[in-house]
Amino acid sequence: MTEIRMLSTSGILGYGYAEESLKIGMAREPHAIGADGGSTDPGPHYLGAGTSFTSRLSVKRDLKLMLLAAMAAKIPCIIGTAGGAGGEPHLQDTAALVREIAREEKLSFRMALIHAEPDRAMLREAVTAGRVKALVKLPPLDAGTIDRAERIVAMMGPEPIARALDGGAQVILCGRSSDPAQWAAVALRAGIPPAVAWYAGKMLECGAEPAVPKEPDCLLVTLRDDHLVCEPPNPIRRCTPLSVANFALHENASPIHHTEPGGMLDTSEVSFDPVSDRAVKVSGMRWMPAAQYTVKLEGVERDGYRAITICGTRDPVLIGQIDDYLATHRAKVSAKAAAFGVPPSAYRMAVRVYGKDGVMADWEPTPAVTGHELGFIIEVVGDTQDIADAVLAMARTSLLHADFPGRLCKEGNMAFPFSPSDIALGPLYRFSVFHTLALEDPCAIFPIEYESV
Amino acid sequence: MARIREIAQVCKSKNAGPFIVTIDVLFEDHALYHRVKATGVLNAALFAKLYGVAEEDVLFTHYDAAAAFKASLPRLVAAGGFGDTDVYGAQQHAPLLDVEIPLNEAG
Repeated sequence: MTEIRMLSTSGILGYGYAEESLKIGMAREPHAIGADGGSTDPGPHYLGAGTSFTSRLSVKRDLKLMLLAAMAAKIPCIIGTAGGAGGEPHLQDTAALVREIAREEKLSFRMALIHAEPDRAMLREAVTAGRVKALVKLPPLDAGTIDRAERIVAMMGPEPIARALDGGAQVILCGRSSDPAQWAAVALRAGIPPAVAWYAGKMLECGAEPAVPKEPDCLLVTLRDDHLVCEPPNPIRRCTPLSVANFALHENASPIHHTEPGGMLDTSEVSFDPVSDRAVKVSGMRWMPAAQYTVKLEGVERDGYRAITICGTRDPVLIGQIDDYLATHRAKVSAKAAAFGVPPSAYRMAVRVYGKDGVMADWEPTPAVTGHELGFIIEVVGDTQDIADAVLAMARTSLLHADFPGRLCKEGNMAFPFSPSDIALGPLYRFSVFHTLALEDPCAIFPIEYESV
Repeated sequence: MARIREIAQVCKSKNAGPFIVTIDVLFEDHALYHRVKATGVLNAALFAKLYGVAEEDVLFTHYDAAAAFKASLPRLVAAGGFGDTDVYGAQQHAPLLDVEIPLNEAG
């Protein structure tokens, strides 16, 4: 019976893990280590801006320990969705960090960079050829949306990663990759059946999240032909049937059908059985190969420029009439912005009210205000940053000074905690591409570049 | 009657991609899960009502293997877009907490 062990250091590279966990995990002689570098979870900004939502300092710490461990054990170290969003700047920043660590620690290895920003002309042709389909309720992809996109990435499956392993790479940095793919690649290549390989990937993609207490840390998964065993190396954590089952629901619309590039993982019949008080065996998963291999496309486009300010009120007279006050405020801002040449069509304004419905907006079942203070974020998105800044400044001063019936606080309605009060947030991005692309060759649009570090 | 917050071990929400939020209720005790399931209170219509979305837009699943109920619904605004209040979708579970389950009646 084939047995493969893999060690995931944390849910996101840069979220940190206990160094001791890595040591204990490495003592189990894993066949590969790695971490997922990213997610769409922090929102569209990072894909658009080409930056990461993790800090260079924390990523360097996590990565250094992993590279040292992988070199000592002569096993591959694989980073999925490098740099947070897996675009070209994210991949290059991560590669630069790896080279820096190698220089400082006197390490040398063969590295592979797998690129994941597909060529735009190819995408336009794929649309014309009917090989692109919309997900959720998005409109069909068209040439205009492709052209407007700030960045589009394609989410690789395990095949390009397995090919980089075949190419002798010991360190593999993936552009955007399906979260389980970096693990499935190692397992499939070793002859583990797809159902177990993909399920193991789902367990490993978030580090110790299938364990309790839940905190970023390492997870060791042992794969055999018909099952896998999850166990956190850190002795303070345990995997229990509940903790593993809870994680099995994570970030998927369906708990039983998980669509992946080459097929569908069916988990409707799995069982979670304890093998000790801190390790859980999962079995009964099934893999249904897809008739057509597809990868997901993710893209964002610019949707204006944003500025915000934060303030709060402790005035009960104002709190008692907050909806009317904000309606009046909106009209005042509109008139004053028009007076300096900014028509309502050039900006959008939202006033978020914490203490009322700041968290759930229209989904809030109890929007009645019962607290003694309210927090506000005024947000303005303009066609340019200058417009956003100007309208926000007017909105801020109007919220501070406008009169209202029964007003006693004649010097100001709001407490502003910061000077400067106004924060220019730069371009606002929105997800505009969330489609699938049919591929004949799973490696075709993911070029692999090797280098000796 | 028992409220979800009194009987479930997990009640949480999270994005399932930028356009969908998914809400999970899990039970450690599989027998209790089956009693809750037998009441039929947790279903697509309940989530549609709690969140003001069309019932056909709610993907509701019983997951016996994990003793869990899962409902996935379209987000009001795509994650991080203008007007979004919860980029990670991690704080949209609260309306479930006070849902009453007639456990005694169900035996």
